[in-house]
Amino acid sequence: MARMKFLCDTERCIACNGCVTACKQENEVPWGVNRRRVVTLNEGVPGERSISVACMHCSDAPCIAVCPVDCMYHTEEGVVLHDKDMCIGCGYCFYACPFGAPQFPQAGAFGMRGKMDKCTFCAGGPEKDNSKEEFAKYGSNRLAQGKLPACAEMCSTKALLGGDGDVIADIFRQRALTRGKGSEVWGWGTAYGKPDHPQQQAPKGAKS
Amino acid sequence: MISARKLVFAVAALAVTAGLAGCGEHDQVVAYHQGEYQGKPDTRPWDNDPGASLYTTSKWTKGDKTSWENALKSRTQNQNEYTRTE
Repeated sequence: MARMKFLCDTERCIACNGCVTACKQENEVPWGVNRRRVVTLNEGVPGERSISVACMHCSDAPCIAVCPVDCMYHTEEGVVLHDKDMCIGCGYCFYACPFGAPQFPQAGAFGMRGKMDKCTFCAGGPEKDNSKEEFAKYGSNRLAQGKLPACAEMCSTKALLGGDGDVIADIFRQRALTRGKGSEVWGWGTAYGKPDHPQQQAPKGAKS
Repeated sequence: MISARKLVFAVAALAVTAGLAGCGEHDQVVAYHQGEYQGKPDTRPWDNDPGASLYTTSKWTKGDKTSWENALKSRTQNQNEYTRTE
């Protein structure tokens, strides 16, 4: 197996925020923390694109490199996780991450930063798998249940793919080759098929 | 006495060897070793019994990484509607 990865197909993402909701629900993520979010580029302009972003579980993760207490690690299947018992909430990982993945819940009357929280690829953390302690600190451990992340599995248009990098790359390749590119991707002909007799005139008096 | 020709050949061979030493194919990703970071060691997903959790749907053999990977690979194909609609 290669490594666990996410892949968001911007041609398919409709910014429904189903992935965000699925993540919140699955992991009971507290207010103020969004492990996943949908970003829309050129909103309102023809050709706008939306992309679902969370921790990308980098192979050479900068957050692991900068963590001063060395509380972050790679699992064997390539998921970046951390130990909340060691995290000091300094925020270095947030500065290092190019995706803004590390989140900090506000704790206390003065909004002090709590311990870092981020997408775990639904792989829990360094506690006993599927235990109450693990769920309370890190959320659900779906990989230990033989499942994939809730966000990807719940995606209505299957824009967000999650799983082994090689497998989802193959799925995306097949999809891209099948649908073509440019104006082939969308439009009347793609949605409803091409007319059998394109030269035939519409009958007079008929509604267009 | 070493001839100048042999010396040039030896120097050239040394330079080529040193130059090619950088072309080795090394793993460029961080490999996880249990207990290497400062925190607690984590359990691996395939070390769980598939029946341990109420919500487990996939089937694999406990402790067998390959069977767990195969279970996940087949589940990943649920995201591919081209295979689902066939």
